[in-house]
Amino acid sequence: MASTSVTNTKKLKASNKRVGNRIGGTISILLFLTILGAFMVFPIYLAVVMSIKPAQEWFIFPPKLYAIDPTLDNFRQMFKMAGNLWVPFSRYAANSVFVTITITLVQCFTASMAAFVLAKGKFKGKKFLNSIIVISLLYQSNVIYIMQYMVVAKLGLINTYFALILPMIATPMGVFLMKQSIGQVPDSMIEAAKVDGASMFAICWNIVMPNQKPALMTLIIFAFQASWNLQGQTYVFDEALKTLPTAVQQAAASGLARQGVAMAAAVFMLIPPVIVFMLAQKNVIETMAHSGIKD
Amino acid sequence: MSNISHENKKSYKKTFGTNSQTRECWLMLLPFMLFFVVFTIIPVVMSLPMGFTDFDMASFPKFVGLSNYQTLFLQDKTFIQSIRVTLIFALFTGPISYVLCFLLAWLINEMNPRLKTIFTLIFYVPSMANVYTIWQLVFSGDPYGYLNAILMDMGIITSAKQWLTDANYIIYVVIIVQLWISLGAGFLALRAGFQNIDKSQYEAGAIEGIKNRWQELIYITIPSMGPQMMFAAVMQIVASFTADIVGRSLVGFPSTDYAAHTIMTHAFDYGWVRYEMGYSSAICMVLFAFMFLANKFINKLLGKYMN
Repeated sequence: MASTSVTNTKKLKASNKRVGNRIGGTISILLFLTILGAFMVFPIYLAVVMSIKPAQEWFIFPPKLYAIDPTLDNFRQMFKMAGNLWVPFSRYAANSVFVTITITLVQCFTASMAAFVLAKGKFKGKKFLNSIIVISLLYQSNVIYIMQYMVVAKLGLINTYFALILPMIATPMGVFLMKQSIGQVPDSMIEAAKVDGASMFAICWNIVMPNQKPALMTLIIFAFQASWNLQGQTYVFDEALKTLPTAVQQAAASGLARQGVAMAAAVFMLIPPVIVFMLAQKNVIETMAHSGIKD
Repeated sequence: MSNISHENKKSYKKTFGTNSQTRECWLMLLPFMLFFVVFTIIPVVMSLPMGFTDFDMASFPKFVGLSNYQTLFLQDKTFIQSIRVTLIFALFTGPISYVLCFLLAWLINEMNPRLKTIFTLIFYVPSMANVYTIWQLVFSGDPYGYLNAILMDMGIITSAKQWLTDANYIIYVVIIVQLWISLGAGFLALRAGFQNIDKSQYEAGAIEGIKNRWQELIYITIPSMGPQMMFAAVMQIVASFTADIVGRSLVGFPSTDYAAHTIMTHAFDYGWVRYEMGYSSAICMVLFAFMFLANKFINKLLGKYMN
């Protein structure tokens, strides 16, 4: 379908500024994206429908693609059960908000700075560090989690917020993402600032980072999403320190109409990341609409 | 000319001092590196020798040499099957999803701002939502499963197919769902990359004789997307080689005839079901070797676009 759009654009004459800005092409692209988009969204739609279906409708055959008598019972049930655990629901929510915001902020700060140095710094061992970052991304093993647990335990961090926060800050993906993007900043920009006497720290935060909005917003989305869904049961056993995913999962596992509550839990947990995503995307698109990086 | 720049460099070195700059580099690396070394590198290094041990998590690991690897390759038929499944998986989901990530990010970039946000969300949301089990309703084996119902209505099949338990279909079902959740980190990074491209390059390109969007893509867009394409490739390698949980929760564990039994599933089986962590670790080591090679290969392919 993409090729049709191109042949369409080819047939028509070129415009003044950019090649191939054709209405026919745009429409076929839109059509392609809409069809594929429908496939992507349909299961999400189903999940939302399931979360507002009352229990008796789960067993209607053939299954309907909508809820006949929509209800928020599943959500109510989830909140009730999550609130009936040892500590009130608000405590889990507060823990999650605190942990998520801390991880996101600290990760953006540390990862951006490290990435700047790994992309633009000049020092021995840079190449080695860069390949370590990629290799640590590729190496996956069950055993790592056991070893990580041992490290956290040795440091006496078990059952503290640190046990949830620190391992997340140590993930290499954010650095890799930022490093790839900062690497595209022209060297001349950095050299010029150096000649003007700016420190590396100042160059990073005053010159490079303001140009890195798309990558930074992407990092914010990743960090928020990962920490919001953080399952920390192995690191904290004190109920007052546990986060929302743990509470919501316990609620979903103990309900009568389990599947409905489980779907309600999944839909509920999805709302904050989607909001953060929309805000971040809007921000990027607005600031980058007319610019892009310039040499 | 070169003489002057050489002079400049020299005096610059004197005033700025390479040493102080190196020190500043390390200082800026420190906050990340501290956590990275303690919570990622040390656990990774500690886990490396575990493949050579017998480790049940209760007693101290016992060194057994290469015996885990010997068992793996010479006796463990399920492991050989899991390699097969993983490679089929990686070869399907990896490249397809990668091309989709790039194509969609590129097409979305041409839209107006509001559509950009909406389409990016639509394609990204499956990887964000933890609802892939909903596909069980679609592929349900009774005649009222959505897929069965549609296909029977259209007269394509006459009786309900057991999509989730028939070994002939399992792998396709899991591949489809895996593809559905695969427009994740790589896709977003590519979206961000497209937003970074200096638009004046396209105008310059049009003047220099670029005729259509394909040429624009090949001569301008792809060369300025190298780093993001590399990032997306690494993410795609990790996602497609370590596929496991989707299969386990959709088609059961173990799946019929081990049709969706990936290396990661095998490692899960030995690690968290049988508590043979040494053996599980050896399995992960083999997987790492595959991913390392795939990464080397991708590096070769994309090398010309890096700087």
